[in-house]
Order: sequence, then structure tokens, then C-alpha cells
Amino acid sequence: MSLRAARRRKQTIFRRVVVGLIGLFFALPLVGMVEFTTRAPGGGRTLHTWATLFDVGAIDADYPELKAGLLASAGLAVLTVAIMLVMLVPTMTWVRLRLPGLRRLVEFVCLLPLTIPAIVLVVGLAPVYAWVAYFLGESSLWLAFAYVVLVLPFAYRALDAGLSSIDVKTLAEAARSLGAGWPTVMWRIILPNVRTAVLSAAFLSVALVLGEFTIASLFSRDNLQVAINLLGKRDSSLAIAAALASLILAFIVLFAMSFVGTSRRSQRPEES
Amino acid sequence: MSPLRSPVTDTVGGTGPGQRVAVTLSNLCRSYGPVHALDGLTLEIAPGEFVALLGPSGCGKTTALRVLAGLEDADSGRVEVGGKDITGVPTSARDMGMVFQAYSLFPHMTARQNVEFGLQLRRIPTARRRARAAEMLDLVGLSDEAERYAHQLSGGQQQRVALARALAIEPQVLLLDEPLSALDAKVRVQLRDEIRRIQLEVGTTTLFVTHDQEEALAVADRVGVMRAGNLEQLAAPQDLYSRPATAFVADFVGLTNRLEATVEGGHAHVLGTSVPLLPGSAQRGVATVLIRPESIAVTADPAGRATVVTASFLGATGMLHAMTDSGETVVAQIDSDAVATFNPGDKVTLIPRPNPALAVVAG
Repeated sequence: MSLRAARRRKQTIFRRVVVGLIGLFFALPLVGMVEFTTRAPGGGRTLHTWATLFDVGAIDADYPELKAGLLASAGLAVLTVAIMLVMLVPTMTWVRLRLPGLRRLVEFVCLLPLTIPAIVLVVGLAPVYAWVAYFLGESSLWLAFAYVVLVLPFAYRALDAGLSSIDVKTLAEAARSLGAGWPTVMWRIILPNVRTAVLSAAFLSVALVLGEFTIASLFSRDNLQVAINLLGKRDSSLAIAAALASLILAFIVLFAMSFVGTSRRSQRPEES
Repeated sequence: MSPLRSPVTDTVGGTGPGQRVAVTLSNLCRSYGPVHALDGLTLEIAPGEFVALLGPSGCGKTTALRVLAGLEDADSGRVEVGGKDITGVPTSARDMGMVFQAYSLFPHMTARQNVEFGLQLRRIPTARRRARAAEMLDLVGLSDEAERYAHQLSGGQQQRVALARALAIEPQVLLLDEPLSALDAKVRVQLRDEIRRIQLEVGTTTLFVTHDQEEALAVADRVGVMRAGNLEQLAAPQDLYSRPATAFVADFVGLTNRLEATVEGGHAHVLGTSVPLLPGSAQRGVATVLIRPESIAVTADPAGRATVVTASFLGATGMLHAMTDSGETVVAQIDSDAVATFNPGDKVTLIPRPNPALAVVAG
């Protein structure tokens, strides 16, 4: 066997070991969760907890807080994504087109939430939410305003990558010279070309909203994680199953993200 | 070409197909901080005319075109198209087709959809839109590529589609912002000629911005040479080349020898010969006369007052560099056949031909 082949074999083994260890690191807690949720009272295994989790009628009747939390999180995810996209896509596009000097500032502002702990955010947001509750009511949905701040760094990065992949200025100017107004430019030219980035930003936001606990809990609002936490005090097995299910849902969303919007690419033909 | 009657003109307030409009830029000023990109630019383009703006980087040619397109606002001045003041009209309502330097096809649309885009905005019925797009793609020779996306087209093809897209809406004015600069030399020449053919066929008033003088001279009815935000000279290509109004134009367009001369009575005495002077030249005294390489004849002469430095074969022609006894470097165009007959160190006589030349005050 040549030296090169031996080295390649060693590298392959090393890679597999590393991937295996990382896989184990992530899989062990999940396996533990599965193990815990399938324990039968008298020993052995049962899928009773999982059957209960997917029995909509039983959940509705016996665990209304879980259903309410799930619905609140779903609503929050939709509202957060909507506000984030409406706010961020036009702003980032406009900054690229007209105010390129502000790009670093916008980036800084959008990445800032990464450096602020959730508890500090809550302290800062508390007086704001007193007014929000006064004007808009106590609905958990208004947590979306805070969540938009939380998702900004991830959404900004995803959208920035998308906008960087196209020549926004030239495309917008070409469309305008053909008679398109700004709404048409945004809707028919920019958005279709950053579709993948928009989906990425949306999926990341959904994943983050589905997993958020601190802010909702400290503001005494309902969401999925708060409901799971409450449920844990009544039925720890069901709470773990619900946590695992939401985790798997987030994994699926993120996994799907890498496939959605895969662009058509082929070699450019030679000049003729 | 089938006309796109009322829907287009009704929507955008244009003047209608086949109707050629004049463009007037009056005293346009545009500054970026301390830099004056346009410094009182005034330019008139006749209906159906093809004018090229030529100049070095930063001279304001692209700014002028962008102000005309409405993509930039002028600090002051006036833009008129077809006699109407459109200075404050937004880009989307100006009815101008534009081809950009960068590839500007919408990546998520096919070539056909790109061409149809402007027509869709004008609510042209589908059947007419399709027919018009097919016609335009045929005009630029890309009928077979109609269903291809931008990434499936070469650079030259993309610019052709962009041209078809710009012309599909039957614009009042066609604006070309260095559309050939991203292409390789061969394609650039092909597309350049094609643009001129199409412009003549369609008859749209056209403003073409380029830094490539060959391009400008080859396609335009008139060429405007810009410098520091203003026009130095606007003239037919031949006039611009053979009768430059300023030393900058003479230097910028083509090669020019700057030779010391004595000026008197409308003539310059240079290299032992009298040369007639162009209007606007220095009137008397010592001056620098600007003479083209092809306006200098070279003969081998052991008693000559210049020495060959190099003789280069350039294909169709040759170029000879010589040094005069007074230390001036002279470039002369010679026949390619004659290149081999001159060797470095040979003595030659340089005789300016009696073509009018520009003389500027020496300094």
C-alpha cells in the first residue's frame, strides 16, 4: 500500500470518528428523552405517552395549556416572520440602493441582540410591554415584537447573503427604467431573486420562536416552551415527549431549509 | 416592426412608435461632495440621432446618462425630451429603454419573460406581448434562446436580450451605459455593429456612453468628448478626429504628436514644413502643434534630422517611433510593408502632411 493511500485511510478513519463523536454528543440526550418517554410504570416499554401527545382530543381535554401554548407559538412564529420580513427586506434593499454608507450601522444594530442576554432584554422591554398591554391587550401574540428583535441577527445574516448574491442596484434600476414602481420592483424583481434567503430567514425565525422560553416566562405569557415547562410539573413524561417533538420539528424545518429554493445553475455557454 | 400603439403611449405618455424625439440637457449640474460630476452640461440630441459620450473615468458621462434616465437627480438644470420638461419625472414614467454596463437581466425570468416585462407593466394583452417579444428577440438574433434563463446565456447574448428588452417598450430614448465593456473584444465589435444596425432600423434617439473611443467613433452620428463634467467638443466622428477643438480632445481621441512649432499667419512651421492651422489655434509665437501619426510622412534619408527608435508591425499598418535631432519624440504611421525597411538608428526625414492641425500655446 502506498504512503498516500495509507494517509487517506487514516484521514477517513479520523473523519468518521469525529463525526461519530459529534453525532453521539447530540444523539445521547435525544436517546435519553426517548428512553424516558417510553418507560412503562411497571417496567418495560410503552408508547402511551406519544399516543397521548398526538391524540388531539385528549390533549385538548386534559392538557389545554399545551394546546394553548402550541397555538400561541404558532401564531407568534407567523407574526414574527411577517413583521421581520416586512421590516427587514425593504430596509436592507433600500440601504443597498440608496444608503450604502449605513450598511455597517444597520448590520451592527441587527447583530446587537446577539450580545444582549434575554434577561437584560426583558428588563428593558418591561416598561415597553406595559404600554403594549395597555394599548393592545394581554395577548401572548404581542411577544412577537420582542421576538423580532431576537431573530434580527439570524434573519439579517440570511437576507444579507441573499441580497449579496444579486446585483440589487442594477436589477432595480433596470426594472424602474422599464416602468416599474418601487412596489413592483420589490415584489416582482427583488423578492423572487432572494426567495431562498427569505425562506432561510423565515425558517430560522420559526425555529427560534418555537424554542423561546425566557422572555415568555418572565413576561408571564403563554407559548409552547412555557406550556411544556408547566406540563413538566404535572406529567414529566408528556412534557419531555412534547419537548422532543418540538425539537424534531425544528430539526425538520432547518433540514428542509437546506433543500428549499435550491437554485437552478448550469454552466454559462461560451461566447459565440 | 409592428407598432405598439396606444397601450404603451397611453400609459407612459410617450410620443408613439416611430416618432423620433429630441433630447435637450440644459446646464446640468451634479456634485458629489466636493466633486462636480456635471458642471453646467448642455447637450442637444436631434430626433433619431445616435450620440456617444466619450471621456475618461470620472468625467461625468455616466452621470449625464443617469440624470437623463432619472436614476440620478441633477442639482440644477433641465432635462427635456420631445420638448417636454421631464426634470422631475420619476424614472418609471420617463419611457426610456436602458442597457446597463453590468448584466441586468432578471435572473428568475427567461429571455422572453425579460423582454415581456416592460410590456406587462403597460398591460399589453398577452398575445401582442408574446408577438412583440418574439419580434424583438428575432431582431437581436436570439429567437432560439427565448426560453433560456440569464445564467444559460453568454455575456453577449445577455446584452442582446437587454437591448431587446429596452427596445420592446418602444422607448422615446434609448440609453446605453457602456453595454459592451464587460464583453471580450470580438463579441464587443460584433455587438457594437449590431447595436448600430438596430438603432438605424428602429430609429430611436440614442445616447451611448463609453470610454472606448473606437466604439464611439464607429457607431455614433456625433461624439461628445467630456472632461470634468462638461463637453469639450461635440462633433461628427470624422470632424472630432481630424478637427479637434481642444488639445484635450486631440490627445484623448487617437494618437497625437505634440511638437514645438512657430505659429504665424494661420500656419505652423514644424519639422521644417508649413502646416495650416485649425480655427481656435494659437495665432502667433511659439506653440505646440498637435499632429496625428498618419499626418507625418517618413522617408529614409541618411541626411535626415531624425533617428528611428523602433518600427512596429501592427497588422494593417505600422508605427514608427523616431527621435528628432532637437530631442522630440515623433510617432508616425507607416505602411506595414515598410516596417522591415526601417531599423533602429536609421536616419529619416519626417514631413508633416498639409492637413490642418491644432496649435496650442506652449506650456
